[in-house]
Amino acid sequence: MDALVPRLQLSGISKTYPSVVANADVDLSVLPGEIHAVLGENGAGKSTLMKIIYGVVKPDSGSIRWNGKPVTIASPARARALGIGMVFQHFSLFETLTVAENIALALDRDIARSELDARIREVSERYGLPLDPRRHIHSMSVGERQRVEIVRCLLQAPQLLIMDEPTSVLTPQAVLKLFETLRLLAQEGCSILYISHKLDEIRALCQKATVLRAGRVTGTCDPRQETSSGLARLMIGADLPHPHHRDARTRGDGELIVDALSLAADDPFGTDLVDVDLTVRGGEIVGIAGVSGNGQNELMAALSGERTLERADAIMLNGEPVARLDAARRRALGLAFVPEERMGRGAVPELSLADNALLTAHRQELTRRGLIRTDAVIAYAQAVINQFRVKAPGPDTVARSLSGGNLQKFIVGREILQGPRVMIAAQPTWGVDVGASAQIRQALIDLRDEGVAVLVVSEELDELFEICDRIVVIARGRLSVSKQTRRTNAEEIGLLMSGSFIADKSTPDRGIENEARAH
Amino acid sequence: MRIKLEARPEPSRLMGWMSPVIAALATLVVGFALFSGLGKNPFEAFQVFFVKPVETLYGFGELLLKATPLTLCAVGLAAGYRANVWNIGAEGQLTLGAICGGGVALAFPESSSAWILPSMIVAGALGGMAWAAIPAWLRTRFNANEILVSLMLVYVAGLLLSLLVHGAWRDPEGFNFPQSKMFADVALLANLLPQTRLHVGFLIALAVVAAGWIFMSKSLMGFQMRVAGLAPAAANYAGISASRTVWAGMLIGGATAGLAGVCEVAGPIGQLLPSVSPGYGFAAIIVAFVGRLHPLGILLASLLMSLLYLGGESAQMALALPSAVTGLFQGTLLFFLLAADVLINYRVKIVRAAPVPVIRPAPG
Repeated sequence: MDALVPRLQLSGISKTYPSVVANADVDLSVLPGEIHAVLGENGAGKSTLMKIIYGVVKPDSGSIRWNGKPVTIASPARARALGIGMVFQHFSLFETLTVAENIALALDRDIARSELDARIREVSERYGLPLDPRRHIHSMSVGERQRVEIVRCLLQAPQLLIMDEPTSVLTPQAVLKLFETLRLLAQEGCSILYISHKLDEIRALCQKATVLRAGRVTGTCDPRQETSSGLARLMIGADLPHPHHRDARTRGDGELIVDALSLAADDPFGTDLVDVDLTVRGGEIVGIAGVSGNGQNELMAALSGERTLERADAIMLNGEPVARLDAARRRALGLAFVPEERMGRGAVPELSLADNALLTAHRQELTRRGLIRTDAVIAYAQAVINQFRVKAPGPDTVARSLSGGNLQKFIVGREILQGPRVMIAAQPTWGVDVGASAQIRQALIDLRDEGVAVLVVSEELDELFEICDRIVVIARGRLSVSKQTRRTNAEEIGLLMSGSFIADKSTPDRGIENEARAH
Repeated sequence: MRIKLEARPEPSRLMGWMSPVIAALATLVVGFALFSGLGKNPFEAFQVFFVKPVETLYGFGELLLKATPLTLCAVGLAAGYRANVWNIGAEGQLTLGAICGGGVALAFPESSSAWILPSMIVAGALGGMAWAAIPAWLRTRFNANEILVSLMLVYVAGLLLSLLVHGAWRDPEGFNFPQSKMFADVALLANLLPQTRLHVGFLIALAVVAAGWIFMSKSLMGFQMRVAGLAPAAANYAGISASRTVWAGMLIGGATAGLAGVCEVAGPIGQLLPSVSPGYGFAAIIVAFVGRLHPLGILLASLLMSLLYLGGESAQMALALPSAVTGLFQGTLLFFLLAADVLINYRVKIVRAAPVPVIRPAPG
């Protein structure tokens, strides 16, 4: 095959939804064996474009050429038949089935089970993705599950592999491993479309990048020749604001103290918390690093009051035992919480922003004798919108119609304006575009500077290193000793994330506090 | 070519108003075919169904009279349904309201105190609440399904009433009929409109509509119950107690159903009978949804349902149609009303099938 014929060529692709233009006149060209980044903020149209290529969404106009020939990709099955594979950001695996069963379900033709097992082993070993075909998905880590998704695509011998934000769930070590696999694939001639907003990764991995902003291509470049800030400028059309970060001035013994908290998960595939100790003082940000599914959800539910505990003093909130109190009573004592899921948990999608403000902020004199003060609610929501620059027409806007980043800004703002003493944020910038992420991080830092105790759970190490004063690691439901951010590095934290601290740690957190106080 | 329903970015206001009109037109079309097929003049049938029952003042009074228990039950049920608390047992709670309210009247047969009637009303509401408290407790304590428990308690309530009017509370001078003594005059709700059977209970229903509207739209607790219904995880996140929501949803429904029961026995019936309701508690479930779980909508839906009851009777009498046909016609209207509501959140799109191009796999 002529190497100059692009594997995939899109020209003039447009797609308009009733309320937004997702793609406008997008051109994209991927050569055989090329690792090509598609870069853009959330809502820039990356996902729609990938769905068009994978046959999930039909473009309104434009044409697609595959190996030089015009094609119409009417369905994912059609895309697979052409040789296009896609690894989605959110896995589509049945947890109760085995690896081989999951893969068999996705194949477009029948294949004998013994042959399938052999092929899974062969492909997975060739690309350095060891997998046992007989294992059940629920017993696997997120990184291993991603392997299943990748191997599932590779079995179809794709000529083009689409990876949608593949590293958001991986440890730094696993990311390096993934990159090796992708480079090997590319050497064999497979083209890779790599979607991400992590600029460092794109610079390390990709040979070419197409940048999208508001549905349009704003540029193509060789990311290896660009700086991260140069890429960011293409992406958001402006320079990235840099958060400024003063030294922590902590006060008190701890606004939030967790003492030997153990909790059995209520979900059979959840993680039990074992003997968790943690202290967050006023005026500092403590980060919890870890690969998702290591007990973060359980810990957040226990801290927020969504799950209550038996022993009241397992959690102390500015000196009061609160572990038996529900979320509302803990909020009354000065706790604010930004949950990981925005739709359906942090906000009610069907309700207006004003109603969503009322959801947790009703103690801010938004009611009188049990009746809602509509004017006050609207004023509060408007204040959140203004101060946190939420892009929304007004307080009447339905939460569902906001983009993820904007809704997150609204939720963070709603919690901050309640004047909390302790702020807990889970994945505060997960899936949020670069500009909004920077704004949310700055808001958390400002809160810290006002003396609030801030606890942040994140899978993005860069984020934790950027804003935290101390970092602890969660692995298999246990918390590591905390590390001063300035005295540690990604390698050390990455090692802890793999659970290396668990075996030799008999008295969990006592050491942390001593170490922390020494500074 | 195929027809596709496409989600609207936001609910259509126009369709909010148009959907009842569309439903009415669709019902008329089906009704036209139905009555023609049965050999009746459809125009005459429509006249008998919708106009004849309310031509007279008495008929108009009957319309409001039957709407009263429907409105009362449905407003209370809607408060629960908005919170995903599925109280299906309003009929039983209504029966308990009748028993408790009627019990007060029977306990003081000679009294002429003005306090009798208020006591009956309070007793009726409390009776309905007590009956609703059983599924609420079983749900919050043992996670028992409130749909099943509240429904089964309907039959228990019916048998309890039957036991009383056949036994302890049977009128000794009633020629062995299974019925209680007639209530004293002070134990009866005053007439509201001369020459009709309409009584003060209708005003109680209007008051409940107003109170229900304030509770659901203006109170923090009503808001929180709505959140619990829309997004349970968000309710848990905000610290809205799930068990408090269940209790409130069940008890409000029980209270208004109990009120409906006492208004029936202290109103048109005037005594306890083996059956005090032709199924108002069940019809109220439909009324609540046709009224879109909104108190004002429920008031209108109750009037419509009441008209269908009366129209069905008049069609049986005037056109000699079997009662099954009237039930069919009622069902058609309700079906279209609920179905047309889909258009508020979705739009119909006709998709022309694109010609499938022939593609050969690329070489390599």
